[in-house]
Amino acid sequence: MAKRIDINGLNAYYGDFKAIEDISMSVEPKSVTAFIGPSGCGKSTFLRTLNRMHEVASGGRVEGEVLLDGENLYGPGVDPVAVRRVVGMVFQRPNPFPTMSIYDNVAAGLKLNGGVKKSDLDGVVEESLKGANLWNEVKDRLNKPGSGLSGGQQQRLCIARAIAVQPQVLLMDEPCSALDPISTLAIEDLMAKLKDQFTIVIVTHNMQQAARVSDRTAFFNLAGVGQPGRLIEVDDTQKIFSNPAVQATEDYISGRFG
Amino acid sequence: MTTDIRTPAPPPPQAPKAQPGHLTSAKGTGRLGDKIFLGFSRGAGITLLVLMGAIAVFLTIRAVMALSKNEGNFFTTFEWNANSTPPVFGIAVLAFGTIVSSIIAMLIAVPIAVAIALFITHYAPRKLATPIAYVIDLLAAIPSIVYGLWGALFLVPHLTGVYKWLDSWLGWTVVFSYDGGAARSLMTVGILLAIMILPIITNVSREVFAQAPKMHEEAALALGATRWEVIRTAVLPFGRSGVISASMLGLGRALGETMAVATVLSPSAILSAKILEPGGGTFAQNIASAFKEAGEFGRDALIASGLVLFVITLLVNGAARLIIARRKEYSGANG
Amino acid sequence: MTATTMTPADRADHLGIHQPRLPKWGPAVIAAGSAAVAIAIGLVAGLQSKIQWGLIAAILFVIGQYVIASRVEGRRQAKDRLATALVWVAFLLAVVPLASLIYETIARGIKVLNGYFLTHSMNGVVTIQPGGGVYHALLGTIEQVAIATLIAAPIGLLTAIYLVEYGKGKLAKAVTFFVDVMTGIPSIVAGLFILSVWIMMLGFGYSGFAGSLALAILMMPTVVRSTEEMLKLVPNELREASYALGVPKWKTILKVVLPTSIGGITTGVMLSIARITGETAPLLLLVFGNPMINNNPFEGAQASLPLYIYEQWANGNEASYDRAWAAALVLIAFVMILNLVARGIARWKSPKTGR
Repeated sequence: MAKRIDINGLNAYYGDFKAIEDISMSVEPKSVTAFIGPSGCGKSTFLRTLNRMHEVASGGRVEGEVLLDGENLYGPGVDPVAVRRVVGMVFQRPNPFPTMSIYDNVAAGLKLNGGVKKSDLDGVVEESLKGANLWNEVKDRLNKPGSGLSGGQQQRLCIARAIAVQPQVLLMDEPCSALDPISTLAIEDLMAKLKDQFTIVIVTHNMQQAARVSDRTAFFNLAGVGQPGRLIEVDDTQKIFSNPAVQATEDYISGRFG
Repeated sequence: MTTDIRTPAPPPPQAPKAQPGHLTSAKGTGRLGDKIFLGFSRGAGITLLVLMGAIAVFLTIRAVMALSKNEGNFFTTFEWNANSTPPVFGIAVLAFGTIVSSIIAMLIAVPIAVAIALFITHYAPRKLATPIAYVIDLLAAIPSIVYGLWGALFLVPHLTGVYKWLDSWLGWTVVFSYDGGAARSLMTVGILLAIMILPIITNVSREVFAQAPKMHEEAALALGATRWEVIRTAVLPFGRSGVISASMLGLGRALGETMAVATVLSPSAILSAKILEPGGGTFAQNIASAFKEAGEFGRDALIASGLVLFVITLLVNGAARLIIARRKEYSGANG
Repeated sequence: MTATTMTPADRADHLGIHQPRLPKWGPAVIAAGSAAVAIAIGLVAGLQSKIQWGLIAAILFVIGQYVIASRVEGRRQAKDRLATALVWVAFLLAVVPLASLIYETIARGIKVLNGYFLTHSMNGVVTIQPGGGVYHALLGTIEQVAIATLIAAPIGLLTAIYLVEYGKGKLAKAVTFFVDVMTGIPSIVAGLFILSVWIMMLGFGYSGFAGSLALAILMMPTVVRSTEEMLKLVPNELREASYALGVPKWKTILKVVLPTSIGGITTGVMLSIARITGETAPLLLLVFGNPMINNNPFEGAQASLPLYIYEQWANGNEASYDRAWAAALVLIAFVMILNLVARGIARWKSPKTGR
């Protein structure tokens, strides 16, 4: 069910400000692709264009193509709401719905679509929590509020919630930046497992993390303050971290700036 | 770079509230100036407490004096003849009218206010939202007597048509039967009160909705929720208690509103289910209307009815505060 | 996802991301259609009230859009559109009376509002005839509100300082609670309280001052609340910096905390003034009203602007109605100017609100 993404000539704006410029790249199916780069280089903005969340921000606007398995997400007649059911997202800070139980959090996406039987729902919730390596920790308290879990557990709950609607792609926006090292490790293990089923794109500030979890890495940078962010290069992770083609990438990875 | 201490940047809305002043001992440094200053400020606080106590005590004393001579049953008597000998007065009609008109006001105002609050926070184009919120803020400041004047001279004549229409469709329910007199009825009062409390309920609800965490809205969006589904899953549950307390504040206002009711309602000692027909009364309206003819004793009687109103509004407002306080604890626990 | 018939445009749609949507102009067309049908119904059925026409149009729009959207776009989108339609209708529904209130006040009030109206009293004016003015009422209101402010502002301010800077323990908790309770006191009850103490027990007569006392009761809690909020915004670092220089606490409050928050406090006080300026009920019981100019707020019945509106309305004739509208316009203008100035001060004093 994982799909390939091809991005062609993508620009994204906040009002008149151009946040990213002319990005073209491909994301391989059933793999983890990491976006790295200094703060403000537009990597999170770019990530949000992949499930049309960028337009939610005030003045958010996108030009160009994002082809999911050949189908343009920005084509005419495409419903952004439907796109987000196909391309799931996990956020920087764990954000389970505070008024819902663990069970209801996982079931939230399915309940929106409606028409799912209670017995089926139970199965999907269990599968999703197992898929997120959380089942054993919460199976006895599914009706407790999700906000009672630890930060790492909450983030895995959010991943379970995202995969419960069976998306093709999973976008992760710095999913570990609010977590402690042990929880981070749990999420990284989870990513390695999930890439068998999903196309995963992760934005991270942590270069070791990119090196550990990703198959391919894309490096973004901006030419200067007030300039739009650009894609500098994208390649196999091993190549990027050992022998990047562009000097700027090497400078960034070796910690010379950013 | 110079920093002007007169213009501190407000703290970010999510930041936990610091407790200013508590870092040092409550008594200051023990100097004379500190003692005097503390004395004054504490004295002011105590003044407020004494005032509240005095209001309760004095109203009660007067009310007891009135009730001791009342020949009617204070709670079940319909008419208000405090000046006759022997005095016969009761609050049955007033209590009924106050409650009915307030319920009508709430039924109309709360859904509309919630909708407007959502309109401002989630639907209106951003360029429109800020000025609309500002205007509604200003509308909350229009004096009630102006609403009353407008209600009596504009709203009343314009509602007769609507009431006839209601009568022709729903007249069989008795509640909505109407035979075409001036629309100076509890229903009109309810509608006017709804218009009056709309701004305050909208304002409080709007603030609560605007505080709904963006990250939960994004979570719902990312699951493929439509705008309405985002509001249902991430905004309304968060704002529920805020809306309830806002409504209670509005209810408190509606219960105690005097001038707008006094101008619109055509009072009478009738207790009738026909809410479109003129008649009935409310606590506050009765005090305003009966005051000029009331003698010494008649005033005591009015104070007795005022005491009932006071207790009712205290209960309503107290409930609203409790809900707000509980909500604060709840959101505090979750950081 | 519902299967749709394949057209060349969405042949590639195996993801289910293409949804049939109403065109952008759809809602506008439905709105126009509903309005047209409502007008037709109104004309045919001979409904006189424009309110009914509007209500019919609103109902038609909400239902019509829901039905059309659920046919074209499916249930979830239709629900979304229903919510959007309801929210818009609610907004328009609320705008109409509020706009009408302002329009009527201005249109009817402007008729007799002129220099003469503002500078003359009702002394010797026969109520059913045009003429007379609001000078006495304006004067009364300004005096009463000024006295109320002189009483309420210091007490309110000091209480807020107590709560924020010293407040600990049971007393502070009790004060906080009762300030909240006081906010909800109906104005007529405050009037009854002063009536029972000042006039009935102590035997003073009606006067502007009696009204001021009731207004002060109504004003205090709002002053406390707004001042409290402003004092809490003063960062603790400022206080600490002052203590570190050896400045005693009371001087710190006077010289550092208050000057820092003075803009916000002024705004709060002005908004409370605006609020009590329109209060009518307690004045009816305590100030009583007076057609003549009474300069002395401490002796004898006075007039007041809101009370004047009520009296003119109660006269029940066209000339009096005109005066009532004009006075209402003066009152609204007065209150709005206070509001705008207050908000202006707030904005000017805190330019860094990032929202």
